This record gives sequence, C-alpha cells and structure tokens, in this order.
Amino acid sequence: MSGDVSDTTELQPLDLESSRVSVQIPAVRYDQQGEMSDDERIGIAMRNFVKDFGRVAAIYMESCVHCGACAEACHYYVQTGDPRYTPIWKLEPFKQAYKREASPLAPVYRLLNLKSKVTVKQLREWQELIYDSCTMCGRCTMVCPMSIDIATLVGLARHGMFQAGLVPHELWAVAERAKREGSPLGATAQVFEDRVDWMGDEHEVEMHMNEDQADYLVTMSSIEIQKYPESMAAIAKVMNAIDASWTFHSDGYEATNFGMLSGNAEWQKAMTVKIIETAIKVGAKAVILPECGHAYGALRWQGANQYGKPLPFRVMHVSEFLAELVTNGRLKLNQVDRSVTFHDPCQVSRRGGATQAPRVVLKALGVDLREMQDSAEYNWCCGGGGGVVTIHRADALRYKTFEIKMRQVNETGAQMLLSTCANCRQTFDDGQEHFHWDKTMHSLLELVADNIVETEQ
Amino acid sequence: MDLLTFARGPALQAAFTIFLIGTFWRLLGVLLLRRKLDHSEPRQPALAGAFKGQIAHLWPYQPFASRVMASYLLGYAFHIGLVVVIFFYLPHILFIQDLFGVSWPALPHAVVNAVGGITLMALVALLVKRLMNPVTRLISNFDDYFTWFVTVTPLVTGMLAVAQVGARYETLLALHLLSVALLLIWFPFGKLMHAFFFVAARATTGMIFERRGTHS
Ligand code: HEM
Ligand code: SF4
Ligand code: SF4
Repeated sequence: MSGDVSDTTELQPLDLESSRVSVQIPAVRYDQQGEMSDDERIGIAMRNFVKDFGRVAAIYMESCVHCGACAEACHYYVQTGDPRYTPIWKLEPFKQAYKREASPLAPVYRLLNLKSKVTVKQLREWQELIYDSCTMCGRCTMVCPMSIDIATLVGLARHGMFQAGLVPHELWAVAERAKREGSPLGATAQVFEDRVDWMGDEHEVEMHMNEDQADYLVTMSSIEIQKYPESMAAIAKVMNAIDASWTFHSDGYEATNFGMLSGNAEWQKAMTVKIIETAIKVGAKAVILPECGHAYGALRWQGANQYGKPLPFRVMHVSEFLAELVTNGRLKLNQVDRSVTFHDPCQVSRRGGATQAPRVVLKALGVDLREMQDSAEYNWCCGGGGGVVTIHRADALRYKTFEIKMRQVNETGAQMLLSTCANCRQTFDDGQEHFHWDKTMHSLLELVADNIVETEQ
Repeated sequence: MDLLTFARGPALQAAFTIFLIGTFWRLLGVLLLRRKLDHSEPRQPALAGAFKGQIAHLWPYQPFASRVMASYLLGYAFHIGLVVVIFFYLPHILFIQDLFGVSWPALPHAVVNAVGGITLMALVALLVKRLMNPVTRLISNFDDYFTWFVTVTPLVTGMLAVAQVGARYETLLALHLLSVALLLIWFPFGKLMHAFFFVAARATTGMIFERRGTHS
C-alpha cells in the first residue's frame, strides 16, 4: 500500500499494515488509566454511570424478568455457550448499583443490604464483558420479551468505566489519539488532505477540499482514509457525476467517534460538534456520512442531542444518499451481472433504520441479491463493532463469532460480498486472513462508483 | 381471633395496602424521571411504535424462534393459567363480587382444577429450567426464586384446600389467604412489577426504533 501513513505518537504506535488497523499489540497492557484509589475509582464509575440515568434506562433496569432469552441472540453466547456472555449479565454490577443507589427502592435495598456495594475488583472483571464482548449490535433487544435495549445500557456503563479509568488499553489509546489529533488512526487533517490529493491524482478525479460553500459536506472514516482510500475517490466520482456542489473539509472530516465507543461523553460531543460546525460554516444542506456504522448512530441519531437542538441540515448515510440518487434518476448505473450477498452494518440497519437503502441501490445495479439467512434487521454482527475490533486480547473471541458470518455468507453461494461499513469491512478482512477464507468484503459505494453511466450534462 | 379471621381481615387488608402504596411508589419513582428531548429528525412519527412494541414482543421473531420457543410456551402456559385460576374460579369471583360488586361467569371446577395443574407444572418446569440452564442459573438471584415461591404457594395451598388434603379446610384456606397476602406484599418489591413495567419498556423501545424507521 502506498501513500504516507502517519504515526505521530511514539507511545502508542499504530499498526496500519495489518488487516485491521489499531495500535500495535502492546508489550505491556495498561487496562487501567489514571492514578486513584479503589474507593475513588468506584465512586467515579457509579456517579458517571447514573449521571445520565433518565427514565429510559431506569425502565429497562426495572423490567428484566431474568428469562435468559437475550443470550440466545448474542453472538458471544451462541458461539461459546459461556453464560457470562448473557447480555443482561454484562450489566450486572451496574444493575446492582442502580438498585442500590438510584432506584425508587434504593433505601430498602440499602437498609436490608439486599444488594451489596459494587467493588473495583468486580468492575475490572466486567471490563471484558462491557468492552471486549459487546459490539452494541442490539440483536438482543429484538429477542427480549421486555425489549430491553442492552446496547444503550452498555453505552451508559462505558461512561462510568471510562471516567473510572477502566478502559481496555487499545480502545483508550485510539480514543485519546482521536481527541488529540482529530482521528483515532493517525488520519490527521494534513494526512487527510494529502491522501485526498493522492487519490485525486491516482484516479484522475476532481477533488473538492475546504470549499467555502457547498451543498454537501462529505465526511470519511479514518479506516477508509488509512486503509481503503479508494472510498474517497469513489464518493468524489459520484458527487462529480451528479454535478453536486460538495466539499471535503479538513475542519470536519472524521466521522468515526471513539469518544462514543470508549465511553467519554465529552470527547463524543467534541467530535460531533466539529462536523456540525463545519457543515454550518459551509452552508451544507446535507452531511454525507461515510460507509461506517457507528458514525451513523453518532450523527444521525445522537448528533442533534449532542448539539442541544435540531440540526439545520440533513444527515445521510452514503447508502441513503445513493438510494435517493438512483430513485430520482440523477445517477444511472450499469447493470452488474453477478450474484451478491449484503452484510447489514448493525448501526445503519437494525439500529439506524436505513435498512432498505442499500437494497434499493443493489436493485439499480441489477445484481442477483441473495440474502443471508438472518438479514436486514435480524443480521448477525460481524463481531468488530463497538470498538471491539481494536482490542487485541479480544481477537480469539472475535474470530469465534466471525464463524457465524462466514457460515451465513457461504450458504448464500453468492459471488460477491458487499457491505456499507469500513469497520465491518476490516473485520471481514481480518477474519478472511485468519481463516484463509476465499471471500473478500467489498464496498457498495466503490461498486457504484465503478459502474456510473457517464451522461453528457 | 382465629387464623382464618386474621387472614381474611387484617392480613389481606395490610397486604393490599402495601401492594398499592408500593406499586405506585415504584412506578412513579421511575415514570416521573426526566427524559431528555430527542432533537434528531424523526424518519417517521414515533408514537405508533409504542403500540407496535406491545404486540411485537408477544411472540419471538422467526430467527429466534427455535432457540426460545420452549420458554415462551411455558411462560404463556402459566401466565394464562394464573389468569384463569384467579379470575374464573367461582369462589374467587364471589370474593371479588363481595368487594367490588362486579361479577362474571365462572368456569367449571374441573376445568379450573386442570388449568391449575398445568399452571403448576409449567411453573415447576420453569424453575427446573432456571436451575439447570447455565444462563438462567447464573443470572438468577433471590428475587427470582422468592418470586417463584410466592407465586406458587397460593396456587398450591389453594389446590390443597380444594382437595382438602393435609389439614382441616379452614386451616388450608387460612394458609391460602396468607400466601396471597405474601404475594401482594412482595409484589412491589420484586420482579412481579414486570406485570406493569413491561408496558413501559416495550413502549419506550418501540418508540425509539419507530422514530428511526425500524422496529424493536
Ligand atoms: C400482564 C402482563 C405480564 C407479562 C407480559 C408477563 C411476562 C413475563 C415474561 C416474559 C416472563 C419470563 C418467562 C420466562 O421465564 O421464560 C415472566 C415471568 C414470570 N411472571 Fe410474568 N408477566 C405478566 C404478568 C404477571 C403476573 C400478574 C404475575 C403473577 C401474579 C406474573 C408472574 C411471573 C412469574 C412468577 C415469573 C417467573 C417465572 C420463572 O421463574 O421463570 N407475571 N412474565
Ligand atoms: S431477555 Fe430481556 S427480560 Fe430476559 S433476561 Fe434478557 S434482558 Fe432480561
Ligand atoms: S448488543 Fe449485541 S453484542 Fe451486545 S449483548 Fe446484545 S447481542 Fe450481544
């Protein structure tokens, strides 16, 4: 792979050559951050966990009947049979804390000591369950008779864990780097500009960078910038083909949000606001989000709430944008005579609601779509979401869960494998390498860009 | 005051008071919590999700059916069974009529007896599952077992009283009423509150995902 890959931190060098990008395997793991006593740590964890505890989370905490159904939807339990991976169990210390500290019956629980105090030892033990073995995919919500949204609760639990300095080494390192450099994977503004230039030259496509005004602000994920730079050429081709007024912007380009994934609410907000302010500055009518799952959740569904008011522009996942273009006829595509199966990124499909968009695009491409057995909102996670793919110690478990995906893809017998998330894509790449699998994940956006019917305009 | 009079009078009265106050306390304590306004642009109005959510989670979606159907069926067997036994057994209807003045037709004793048996078997099966299945064994706590106990005792004592097995009828009836009192007292403190909270939980998730253009 060519192009300069930057690595500005000596402390936590990135490994940008492997099939998935993260920090290098740490020689010594630091899964605990900051200097504080155990008492402080537990106090901070619990305070930050209950801080955002509104009605929604409380209702969930009160409603569980301990039926265990959620385990049957979770790839970690299904693949290992280990009951610790039962979704609701991943929240046990936090449930305990809620009941003891914040629930309507908290005084009774404390008086009778029905729930004991959570300990740091417990939280250290639970770090693996809160981070390594939950991709926040939301599949368990669908099987739960009470429809308790475990992924939301895990997100809250991560708030407590982050403030208490109990984040897995790699996830903390990339989140910290994102805060400091603007990108978790070394795609600083300079690197981004350089690589956009490089792709422009390589593919002879006109790039728009830092335009003062534009209808569309196009954002990227650092995984694409560093590992799949062709995506940048692909979106530029689409934008140019429809003659759009568009721009990349070095003030707001990074759509991933490791503040959100690691549990740092402040960093999450900072990253989101950067994009929002850039979009407002250039007068964008819409922000186009890249092929990335959690970026969609972060801006489309959480963005306005981070900002504190409705956004003055539309937020679209690139698949939604493409679907709109083929539907209203602005983009004409060649017919692709291949059989295809599509992997739904959980955050776009099950949790984002843009389930049909890629299917509309696939239809326009004329491919023979062969759905996997559990597809669309019932899909199985690739196993790399929620920041899990960055964590080296979680690799063995992740490969185990990836077996479901390989089996389902193989069963379709499709020639081509597509998705609309670069993080899923690198998880597939890594799984492919590990298992010497003969299937390679491709990008829907890139397939579209390669099949645009050039029209005179 | 003999045991039966105590059970019929002060015991049930006190239990019912605790049940009412406790249930309101716990429900309001949660439902009155603040909820931040959602500023995201909805894909479609959220409200319908509150209703769809109630229906959707009545039955497992097809991809999960093979893995959870057994416990759904057992769950339905004993929940419906409890409703039948509690509300369609003649003496219960008379008791309710005495209190509230309303009544409805009862089911024949034999039917209620059979349903009671099925209910008990389903509850025992679920307890066995709770103890044997590694998942439910791990996640279960005192609440789960005690809730099971307070649900099963009225059923068992009631059936014993009807069959007049083990003790004098009056004693069995007193025990039955005392066990109902225990159920009512425990209700607001444990997971029996799911009988109310399930509506709130399904509505909440249903609305969140309806808003996003999908379902829960
Ligand atoms: C009216 C709405 C209700 C709904 C939707 C509901 C739903 C459920 C569900 C889904 C379970 C889990 C079943 C399982 O373990 O697989 C459950 C368990 C249980 N429910 Fe309900 N329930 C309701 C009312 C009640 C009431 C009124 C009672 C008792 C008086 C009750 C007693 C129980 C008990 C004892 C269990 C635990 C069974 C076990 O040990 O597994 N439920 N309920
Ligand atoms: S499926 Fe829902 S109600 Fe059942 S144990 Fe899991 S979270 Fe609790
Ligand atoms: S959100 Fe996904 S990974 Fe997390 S517990 Fe639920 S099913 Fe498992």
